[in-house]
Amino acid sequence: MDNWTFGFTMVIVGMGGTLVVLSLFAILMVILKKIFPASKHKVSE
Amino acid sequence: MFNSILNGLSGLGAGFVNMHWANPVMIIVGCILLYLGIKKDVEPLLLVPIGFGAILVNIPLSGLMEEGGFLKTIYDMGVSNEIFPLLIFIGIGAMTDFGPLLENPKIFLLGAAGQFGMFLTIGLALFFGFSKLDAVAIGVIGACDGPTAIYVTSKYAPHLLGAVSVAAYSYMALVPVIQPPIMRLLTTEKERVITMDSKTQPVSKTAKIIFPILVTVIGGLIAPKGLPLLGTIMLGNLMKESGVVSRLAKASENEIANVVTLLLGISIGATMNGELFLKPQTLLILAFGFVAICLDTVCGVLFGKLMNVVTGGKVNPLIGAAGISAYPMAARVVQREGLKYNRFNFLLMHAAGANTGGQVGSVIATAIMLSILHGMGIIS
Repeated sequence: MDNWTFGFTMVIVGMGGTLVVLSLFAILMVILKKIFPASKHKVSE
Repeated sequence: MFNSILNGLSGLGAGFVNMHWANPVMIIVGCILLYLGIKKDVEPLLLVPIGFGAILVNIPLSGLMEEGGFLKTIYDMGVSNEIFPLLIFIGIGAMTDFGPLLENPKIFLLGAAGQFGMFLTIGLALFFGFSKLDAVAIGVIGACDGPTAIYVTSKYAPHLLGAVSVAAYSYMALVPVIQPPIMRLLTTEKERVITMDSKTQPVSKTAKIIFPILVTVIGGLIAPKGLPLLGTIMLGNLMKESGVVSRLAKASENEIANVVTLLLGISIGATMNGELFLKPQTLLILAFGFVAICLDTVCGVLFGKLMNVVTGGKVNPLIGAAGISAYPMAARVVQREGLKYNRFNFLLMHAAGANTGGQVGSVIATAIMLSILHGMGIIS
């Protein structure tokens, strides 16, 4: 594989992949917080 | 008898006789690293042992980096097999509070944007004729994460380890100098004074415990080649959040991290043998490392501007600069810049969220990078 193809693939898949995976984590965190909300008692603690 | 005395005397000062021109230069470089660490407080935990290691390895005939030598043994014990950076990662996980990130999960996206410089620098290094794996090792400097850079470089481009490590730690320490001009250049004064909502959204302990497990499983399944990095940082964080193994968490962030930092630093310094280190390629690596961190900041701030537009002006674009892994320096830089333009603007919590997002982001970006290399058949 030539350097141009390699570099282009790395930039597109790498940046896109990182953004997609971290977006997925963000969504999972929102869901996780909804399933396990912080109780008011524990928050005041 | 006379000959015997002469022979004995010839052994004294053999170091001077066998010195290559590059050795004294590197001894001076080692002294500069020591000066930066001791006098200027630039990442002293790493630069002091690295600087001293560089001095040691440039004294000829000591045999320190030969088979069985003191430094070679340490190097083989933990750097060439990537154990040291991974042990440090457990400590980093145990030190990191992902709370601000979990309070506002959309900030995770800034942690992604803050890694873009890494990939763009790989393209740049390829353009300048570096091989694919060398370019990857150079790009990882942009992760702003010393252990990650050492992990990748020691595994795939060990001949660049000294230059990449010195660049990674030096530029991390220079984040307060490098970032502010870029932040000012890319934002308007109107954007810099935006006050962000300081209302906190509490996160339950259960969510904080499940977070590292979930990230490890999902991240590991998506990019398995980076699981050692992801798994160790999340193990450290799980130990911290669970609260049931505080002895292990404390040992990871203190005793283990301290011992490993010393051994890691001195063995990285030991890779800086003048004859191998002093070449134009090293200067290029240092330059690319600088470019990588600048590009990270540019992409982070631009993404912050995008989020500002999408949220109707609720996000201060300055926090985008904190989407890198240099924790907590980048968050403090954002706080300081925010206060300069609005003395009632406290961006620290938001910036800390972006900064921890950058820590996860740098590991995920590296994991993805390694998995792409695996997918292309470049690494096994």
